[in-house]
Amino acid sequence: MSTESPSKKSTAKAVEPEYLEFEDGAVIDGVHYHRHDVVIVGAGGAGMRAAIEAGPKANTAVITKLYPTRSHTGAAQGGMAAALANVEEDNWEWHTFDTVKGGDYLVDQDAAEILAKEAIDAIYDLENMGLPFNRTPEGKIDQRRFGGHTRDHGKAPVRRACYAADRTGHMILQTLFQNCVKLGVNFFNEYYALDIVMTKVKGKDRPSAVVAYELATGEIHVFQAKSIIFATGGFGKIYKTTSNAHTLTGDGVGIIWRKGLPLEDMEFFQFHPTGLAGLGILLTEGARGEGAILRNASGERFMERYAPTIKDLAPRDIISRCMVQEVAEGRGAGPLKDYVLLDCTHLGAEVLETKLPDITEFARTYLGVDPVVEPVPVMPTAHYAMGGIPTNIKAEVLSDNDTVVPGLYAAGECACVSVHGSNRLGTNSLLDINVFGKRAGNYAVEYAKTAEFVPVPVNAASFVQGLVEELRDSNGTERIGALRKELQEQMDLNAQVFRTDESLAKVTETIHTLRGRYKNVSIQDKGRRFNTDLLEAIELGFLLDLAEVVVYSARNRQESRGGHQRDDYPTRDDAHYMKHTMAYLTGDPHSADASDHISLDWKPVVITNYQPMERKY
Amino acid sequence: MSDVAVARDSSSAMPEASIEPFTVTLIIRRFDPEVDAEPHWQDFDVKMYATDRVLDALHQVKWEQDGTLSFRRSCAHGVCGSDAMRINGRNRLACKTLIKDLDITKPIYIEAIKGLPLEKDLIVDMEPFFESYRAIQPFLIASDKPEKERIQSVAQRAVFDDTTKCILCAACTSSCPVFWTDGQYFGPAAIVNAHRFIFDSRDEGSQVRLDILNDKEGVWRCRTTFNCTEACPRGIEVTKAISDVKAAILRGNPGLPPSDLTLTPVSA
Ligand SMILES: Cc1cc2nc3c(=O)[nH]c(=O)nc-3n(C[C@H](O)[C@H](O)[C@H](O)COP(=O)(O)OP(=O)(O)OC[C@H]3O[C@@H](n4cnc5c(N)ncnc54)[C@H](O)[C@@H]3O)c2cc1C
Ligand code: SF4
Ligand code: FES
Repeated sequence: MSTESPSKKSTAKAVEPEYLEFEDGAVIDGVHYHRHDVVIVGAGGAGMRAAIEAGPKANTAVITKLYPTRSHTGAAQGGMAAALANVEEDNWEWHTFDTVKGGDYLVDQDAAEILAKEAIDAIYDLENMGLPFNRTPEGKIDQRRFGGHTRDHGKAPVRRACYAADRTGHMILQTLFQNCVKLGVNFFNEYYALDIVMTKVKGKDRPSAVVAYELATGEIHVFQAKSIIFATGGFGKIYKTTSNAHTLTGDGVGIIWRKGLPLEDMEFFQFHPTGLAGLGILLTEGARGEGAILRNASGERFMERYAPTIKDLAPRDIISRCMVQEVAEGRGAGPLKDYVLLDCTHLGAEVLETKLPDITEFARTYLGVDPVVEPVPVMPTAHYAMGGIPTNIKAEVLSDNDTVVPGLYAAGECACVSVHGSNRLGTNSLLDINVFGKRAGNYAVEYAKTAEFVPVPVNAASFVQGLVEELRDSNGTERIGALRKELQEQMDLNAQVFRTDESLAKVTETIHTLRGRYKNVSIQDKGRRFNTDLLEAIELGFLLDLAEVVVYSARNRQESRGGHQRDDYPTRDDAHYMKHTMAYLTGDPHSADASDHISLDWKPVVITNYQPMERKY
Repeated sequence: MSDVAVARDSSSAMPEASIEPFTVTLIIRRFDPEVDAEPHWQDFDVKMYATDRVLDALHQVKWEQDGTLSFRRSCAHGVCGSDAMRINGRNRLACKTLIKDLDITKPIYIEAIKGLPLEKDLIVDMEPFFESYRAIQPFLIASDKPEKERIQSVAQRAVFDDTTKCILCAACTSSCPVFWTDGQYFGPAAIVNAHRFIFDSRDEGSQVRLDILNDKEGVWRCRTTFNCTEACPRGIEVTKAISDVKAAILRGNPGLPPSDLTLTPVSA
């Protein structure tokens, strides 16, 4: 198995034209060709929000490996932030400040300002589209507290999260899908994008098409487009204990990486404090927003010691570390003292059943614990990728610190704008997908209105054809499941809440070994129809690539900031590291030493109003 | 704190009943359209803990024994609607069915949901299901363009709360005997999603939807067998939603109460 660029596989004969001429819908040598002004990859919140803008204004297609309503946006629970001030005084400037501080000052402040300002319309857009938000007694959208969101620059928690019970993400996904149905958006469901085609135009690489694999038939499709938007979500499956879906394998981020385009701030991964112990299934921070309390074995509310002002509503990175520390110091609960407790018992059945019904059910179903009467065992779970494909505030993808790739956009969890810096605040991601999904859709349309199609080379499909054939024909001895399990376990052990150079070196070694074994992987399903065996193998390839970038970037950042905590460098070091990491694939990914094929660079942080300060809560 | 509380991971405590894994036999209805003329049943033995999900058992088969076994799944905790299947003759989500909730002295029978075209193993063609969903106009129809949010009282919001939970898994529709024999019937899920809008005080399109569901393939085909309500993994009272819609059709309108937010008395 190789992950190299497609060029090698070219079968072009001398007489063939370099570029393909085709009609939309043509089938040439078994490959399907499509042409659309805008192609969106991904139909989660970000992809569908973009589609709602682009669909009515340009010929748009959405390619998605999952049926849209299966996307993991639907798993989001707690809420979406916007300073509506429906229940108490609030404004977008406070929200901007909280976002910057929450991200440990690695946030691009121009982007954070847009996020907080446009939040208000983003919420009204969703409500007007039909989203059934919970209501105040006056019939307005209700708001609840969430970690790190405060009034007047940290004075006290503020009610900023708009919500629909504890299924806010579900309601966002459904509402966006309903509006896509209304607008007749053209979906290609269960199509896996596996490559983006870059064509040299005047010496520059320009995106010309997306290549996708159709799950139902095993056929390959080339989608030519003027504008391409990536909205493929996160990659939590590099870890074992995660709140992420099985399908969150970072395909889109991996595709961009393999093209030699940079990835930003990959070392910053968020571990959410309250995953069901041992399972990783999320219990929303909204529970603590409603008053739930974290306790150690002796029943102590330990967050009072670490964050005296906002206690259990401190940002996630801080709480996760405190939890791990409590356990490490022997104060964990349970027979093995290996978790802490989320105590919701004082909230009462009424609040749990009406405002937090889903998580109440998760605890009952999966742990057999009833939160109404007993505290729930929890531990941090890999939750959110702060890093990803670097973009500017127009959602345009960057090929270095400031050069835009014309016609290429990214939004949502796969992108890094960067509004989350080194640690995302709860409720800011549902916001991000709406604000920057909408922007991506609009800017993609604007570009497509005047741009020409970039020609598609004759061998556009050959990389994907090679990838698929190689896996189908392989008679190797390694199993995907075994490799993936080892990767995930080692990432949990060595690159989780606390990291050291030693632990990161260890998992680097593991990844290198696994890469070698991956070359010898075989799949058992050799068929064409619904071959999920094949796709899991391809997804594992992306996971290995991304885990390596995460670890390599993490080793290089010798400080502790936000979601990246180095035990060997326990403090924030603004003098050396107040900058974004930019990682590039510059060599053969199979070369022994990651430094042979990954190059790192830095990108300045955009600072407008807020100078870095110590982060106390 | 009960010690029932923890999952199976190496480092965690185990509930009494599941300290040791035990062998469970799965009997799965297989079908590969490229090879098989007819579906057939195949046995697999897997090692499971009591607190494992049926989805974990399927993964064990796929990842350790037979990679050709095909099924859909994503979230693994009952929120995405990918993995509705027939488990011991009942429609359930594989990710929400724990081994301990089944009779493990007997094999576990697993097959695809019924009434939709079988594609491969546990995968069916969902398109007919989504066609019915689209047909009921599942989106807010409202002509006003408010500056901020539309106002809706807590009570008005509560009327349709139950049906907003639907994850379009098709467990209900594919458990319905009427749907099995008449694929044209809209089916419970489409009616649930129509209900979600018909009873939303902000919506202006209920008449259209009530007309659509008054059709011969509409709500009147429902025989109130309650299979759908039993099947729904989200605990939606599906049969009640269908009855609400029937009543609204007979009444000629959804019969929503006037807003309880009006400042003037509702009646003299
Ligand atoms: C359990 C949980 C709870 C959360 N709660 C909150 C919350 O309360 N508030 C908040 O703000 N945030 C929350 N988050 C974070 C937030 O939900 C996500 O970051 C966000 O929804 C991501 O949206 P997205 O559109 O970027 O990606 P997703 O919704 O994950 O969608 C990704 C899409 O990409 C498609 N795709 C992927 N790969 C390919 C490919 N190769 N080819 C074609 N298509 C592909 C998939 O089919 C899917 O449609 C939560 C996250 C989790 C996991
Ligand atoms: S009503 Fe219940 S069973 Fe039917 S599709 Fe919706 S969630 Fe599934
Ligand atoms: S896998 Fe999502 S509902 Fe079961």
